[in-house]
Amino acid sequence: MAVSKIWVVAEANGAKVTTATLELLAASRATGATVEAVFGGDGAAVAAELGEHGATKVYATGDLGGALLGVPVASAIAALVAGGNVPDLILIAQSYDGRDIAGRLSVKLDKTVLTNGVGLSIAGDSVVVDHAVFGGAKIVKASFTGAGPNIVLIRAKSFAAESAGGAAAAVESISAGDRGAAGAAVVTERHVEARLGPKLDEAAVVVSGGRGLGEAGKYSMVEDLAKALKGAPGASRAIVDAGWVPYAYQVGQTGKTVKPDVYIACGISGATQHMVGMKGAKNIIAINKDKEAPIFGIADLGIVGDVHKVLPKLLEALRARG
Amino acid sequence: MNVAVCVKQIPDPALPGSLDATHALVREGKLVLDDSDMYGVEMALRLVETAGGGEVTLVSMAPNSEQSGLRTGLAMGAHKAILVSDPVLKGSDALGTAKVLAAAIKRANPDLVIAATESSDGYTGTTPVQIAELLGLPSVTFAKKVTVDGSTVHVQRQTEDGYDDVASPLPAMVTVTAGVVEVRYPSFKGIMAAKGKPLELLTVADLGIDAGSVGWAGAGQKIDSVIDAEARGSGEVIEDDGESHNRIISFLEQLKVI
Repeated sequence: MAVSKIWVVAEANGAKVTTATLELLAASRATGATVEAVFGGDGAAVAAELGEHGATKVYATGDLGGALLGVPVASAIAALVAGGNVPDLILIAQSYDGRDIAGRLSVKLDKTVLTNGVGLSIAGDSVVVDHAVFGGAKIVKASFTGAGPNIVLIRAKSFAAESAGGAAAAVESISAGDRGAAGAAVVTERHVEARLGPKLDEAAVVVSGGRGLGEAGKYSMVEDLAKALKGAPGASRAIVDAGWVPYAYQVGQTGKTVKPDVYIACGISGATQHMVGMKGAKNIIAINKDKEAPIFGIADLGIVGDVHKVLPKLLEALRARG
Repeated sequence: MNVAVCVKQIPDPALPGSLDATHALVREGKLVLDDSDMYGVEMALRLVETAGGGEVTLVSMAPNSEQSGLRTGLAMGAHKAILVSDPVLKGSDALGTAKVLAAAIKRANPDLVIAATESSDGYTGTTPVQIAELLGLPSVTFAKKVTVDGSTVHVQRQTEDGYDDVASPLPAMVTVTAGVVEVRYPSFKGIMAAKGKPLELLTVADLGIDAGSVGWAGAGQKIDSVIDAEARGSGEVIEDDGESHNRIISFLEQLKVI
């Protein structure tokens, strides 16, 4: 079985296809396989963008109302496969909904899922997925033992999205079927929180805070610095676990991967859990009072000092520049 | 209301991890309760307390019969535990793990199943949803807040741009993110009481699962190689002399960020 057909599970915010989806399309195109998309929603709304990025076709369920995507999208894919339309590889973004879809699909097809992929290659007939372990110090290359379709979850920022200049994808309607008891959870209301700056995983500058800030109230220094640099605030796992900031702020293995131009780590020691999520930054600045902190091992500029002293002066100096 | 909580005992994350000859994570020595799971245990205890009765059952699997992490959860207040322990489980992938845990959860017949969004060591983050699919349950992942009202669970689910209010009939699977509740620490009394709490030890055969469908034998994945990632060296490190902010400013200028 050569890898000749790949499906990308597309996600969108409204009619805007997510960057993570476009990254998967770019990775799929690079293999030379036929690339098609599967979308839990209105296909006509996303066909142009998916086509531009290389999908020749989009299988779409149509509007799913308030349903969570996991059950209907996985059911629709499983129905296609049962009907004899079988891709070699199904790529899904490691997003909130992507993980739901992959988990459901894995059981429906009785196939394993390789998760947290950061790289993808085809070796003969095998799909090989790269995983970063031990803080990104090592790369584990894993492959599937059974027949396809192979299901892979890929972390955002693992590939660069790139337009292929393709025509709009052909839309083919598919049925999500009866959701049944497993699909009974519904969204009753959506809350969009106002955000002043850029998104964490798209920002050119990311300023993150860690346990070294001492207390939740001091996180405002991190937010102020992010704002002054038109960046996004992030966090280490330690302060997310402590309840100082929500999970959505977390950078690291169990959070987001970021690759900004500049990453400023404030009071973060550099646990492997954190480093794997940010060592891809072009430039890293670290401020930490422990000169033995592992973060200094990967920082381009390391300041051995107290964040409570350095940050206020830095903020004042930036303000003075206007 | 009865709640089952999936918990994982992992190598102490404070110690450096290593891989064995089969490229599997070394899990020998003392294992600890994954910090990520403490939020689920806490959430379950609070829901049962609010409901005015019921039991919290911890469900876990391990290739050896390690129990220390489960005792931590019992010391926090969970009522009992089920540990599926079998040498054939070594090498299980997420789907194999889900099959085992789903079978164990069935025995507890819970109204609600809670798990962490992902473990700290393997962090595949798919096992809870796979369990839900195997059990035919609805699932709500990435919960920030969980309340139960009669036979409905209401969840604030984390999204990229905020959160969604999600309602699901029970029984259901809910995964909770870290930091959403303040975790109680086991009291001395709790630790002593935990020693006497029921801990059911089961093998794969006890659950009626074919040993060939779990462990290395059942895993649909293999590790081909482990290589060194591109190393990233350190640059300039200076001690703060009260003026180090100026060095940051000049660095940012050099990068044309300001």
